Amino acid sequence: MTDTYTRLVRSAPGGMLAKQLGLPRPSKLLRRGDRPEPVLGPVVVLGASAAADALARRLLDEGADVRRRFEDLRSVGTVVIVADELTAPGDLGPLVLPLAGAMRSLLPGARVVTISRPATGEEPARDAARGGVEGFVRSLAHEMRGGATANGILVADGVGPDAPGVVGALRFLLSARSAFITGQFLTVTSDAGSATADLAQPLAGRTALVTGAARGIGAAIARTLSADGARLVVLDVPGAGTELSRLANELRAVPIQLDVTSEGAGERLVSFLREHGLLLDIVVLNAGITRDKLFANMTPDRWDPVLGVNITSQITLSEALLEAGDALGAHPRFVSLASTSGIAGNRGQTNYAASKAGVMAFVDALAGRLEASGGTANAVAPGFIETEMTAKMPALTREVARRVNSLAQGGRPVDVAEAIAFLASDEAGGVQGQTLRVCGQNMVGK
Amino acid sequence: MNDFPREALILGGNRIPFARSGGPYAGISNQDLLTAALEGLVARYSLQGEKLGEIAGGAVLKLAGDLNLTRESALGTPLDPRTPAVDMSKACATSLETVLHVSNRIRLGQIDSGIACGVDSASDAPIEVTPRLRRILHRAFAAKTAMQRVKALSAIRPADLSPVPPRNGEPRTGLSMGEHQALTTAEWGITREAQDELALASHKNLAAAYDAGFFDDLVTGYRGLARDQNLRPDSTLEKLGSLKPVFGVKSPQVAEPTMTAGNSTPLSDGASSVLLGSAEWAAERGLKPLARVVDARSAAVDFVHGDEGLLMAPAYAVPELLDANGLALQDLDLYEIHEAFASTVLTTLKAWESDEFCRTRLGRGGALGAIDRSRLNVAGSSLAAGHPFAATGGRLVATLAKLLHERAVETGRVQRGLISVCAAAGQGTVMLLESVTD
Repeated sequence: MTDTYTRLVRSAPGGMLAKQLGLPRPSKLLRRGDRPEPVLGPVVVLGASAAADALARRLLDEGADVRRRFEDLRSVGTVVIVADELTAPGDLGPLVLPLAGAMRSLLPGARVVTISRPATGEEPARDAARGGVEGFVRSLAHEMRGGATANGILVADGVGPDAPGVVGALRFLLSARSAFITGQFLTVTSDAGSATADLAQPLAGRTALVTGAARGIGAAIARTLSADGARLVVLDVPGAGTELSRLANELRAVPIQLDVTSEGAGERLVSFLREHGLLLDIVVLNAGITRDKLFANMTPDRWDPVLGVNITSQITLSEALLEAGDALGAHPRFVSLASTSGIAGNRGQTNYAASKAGVMAFVDALAGRLEASGGTANAVAPGFIETEMTAKMPALTREVARRVNSLAQGGRPVDVAEAIAFLASDEAGGVQGQTLRVCGQNMVGK
Repeated sequence: MNDFPREALILGGNRIPFARSGGPYAGISNQDLLTAALEGLVARYSLQGEKLGEIAGGAVLKLAGDLNLTRESALGTPLDPRTPAVDMSKACATSLETVLHVSNRIRLGQIDSGIACGVDSASDAPIEVTPRLRRILHRAFAAKTAMQRVKALSAIRPADLSPVPPRNGEPRTGLSMGEHQALTTAEWGITREAQDELALASHKNLAAAYDAGFFDDLVTGYRGLARDQNLRPDSTLEKLGSLKPVFGVKSPQVAEPTMTAGNSTPLSDGASSVLLGSAEWAAERGLKPLARVVDARSAAVDFVHGDEGLLMAPAYAVPELLDANGLALQDLDLYEIHEAFASTVLTTLKAWESDEFCRTRLGRGGALGAIDRSRLNVAGSSLAAGHPFAATGGRLVATLAKLLHERAVETGRVQRGLISVCAAAGQGTVMLLESVTD
């Protein structure tokens, strides 16, 4: 799994050399299996608001070692900065500066999470303070070491800090499941959603469809959702049928071979679900392809399939599922695969970026359509993830792509899968129409 | 119709797309191909961890080391490893025989469920050493001292080292199957046009079935192949007509050779499987039966000393099967006659239409008559799909069972179908299926 460079700099002589040359030294990121505790202690909750007090009590009740100050702490696992009552930029300093002296005490894999409110365009000074949090977190994330991350939660005005979406987002960002997410914000726009009943099996009783499931990120998504308790319907093209069968056998999932771009694919999917008596609670639209080429050499046979698979199929499948009336559960969760290329653009990927930027706008619109029914639609935008697809990149380009993020390494398919599992959970009901980056703070776009 | 204690139901099937020999499955073993077909079946019917009554399978081109080919393949799947397996062989009729074996055991109450399967890889056909080299090597392996071993091995001559390629001919006549059929074709006066038309219909029917999604739950893609590689959806009579004859060209008895690569089946690689069970076993697992195995017969002809064609045995077996079940040839709703060669199908049909053949050879009062050709091989057959010998029977049974079930649901009437497969050495196996609906 680990790339050659990372193996080298993790060896003693390689590490010394890298240090002297000022080369990046990626740390081992702790995933679910490496760090099972939900919150890395000790936890320091900063902030003096009622929400800060309530949050500290909640974490304490859940068994965490919670403090309100850094004094006497040799090491710190988690810092939660509750900044829900900012009125002017001047409020920021007293709130965050205590962390400055504790930065060197942060444990490997530590988490810093801010809870604040988004700018609304109503009060200039308050908005400036609220906006300031973003700049603070994004810069802090660049300074984190040892696989530690910094992220923020933006809670819309009117939404309580104990809303399921806020609790769920915090739980996710504090856990090892968000290992490759840093410098990002999750916005909770409503009180919708519900608390998770079984934290060990958060998706128990749910049925999830994953398209493009036979390989790479798709297979990781299916495995993660399955580990979280969901029953899986795995879909891929007929050519990948045997890989799909193997995955289905491994997860005791229902396989369906279908080219999502074929005519009537949506109707075929719906009739398959009816035949098997399946109702989907979670729909992960992951199927995607690349046909990279400089735009100067772009042709319809490279452009059309990319748009067809990556975005048009997402539209046709979701429409068919919504129109069927009996294909979806009560509060369906749609999660689509976007890409950081769709945010910042990427040389040689005009077709791919167009499709993935389309995905982000699509989930926003779909979320609006689903809101009344309690459903959600969101996207995840992976940065550089170690897959068969990225293994085909030219070696030097790939090496550069791996290092240009705050964690100086590529992510793993499971990192994308974990973000999807969160967005598919009951708790994420208040997260709507957003694109969450899983990129290790790749230095492109936001 | 029979007094077996219970019915054997066909619950579904799975195969991998058939590939041309030396194509995408080149270098893949029979065991891997069969494992893939079984894995797909297990996934489709959620059989993970199930202990089945028996798995019967086989291959025609089988390596000596593949002693327990079916059992070893099954061990590579998520089925309960305590599921027993048996290897069987009857040339191209192998997996029709495995279906019969499993269904008979279910009907007798010996087992409740089973899988019948078959596999062949013409790309990975066994290659043997010469009998002389084999004896020398046996002596060397048996040697007790190094000196004895050296002495035994020193007997090897350069000529011993050339391997014996797989024989593509009947051991008793030295003629290949195609050459045999060319003689039969000429004798029965089957035209080139009729053969090409049948081949074209096979491609058109198979392509249409794929396009309609008919094979969505019968075929699991393998190694990037999603459809049978031999399938030519855009084939035309002109294209087929432009091909040169390949069989009968050296036989003086054949005045005008008509058999081409287009109207003969190519050497293929592939594997197929069929899931069978009792009604109770199926109901417990929520599986919907498609059809029941009603009856089967096999026959053989004397193609060595007699004057019958190598592939004519089904012409004898079918009337026997129909008589036993009180049916006329025309009572059937669908016919699956294996397209070993287009002319095999056409000769068989012509024989049944012949008063003389039916009187003198079959000992009947007159001809069985013609069939409605629109009911023949309606979802394509071997000419388009390819023909990995031991995998063909499984393909036919699963396809016909699904066709019968679909038509029974549509029409509200019970549908009957006939499967006829000819095999090397003058053999043939035929089977009668009947639709099952809820």
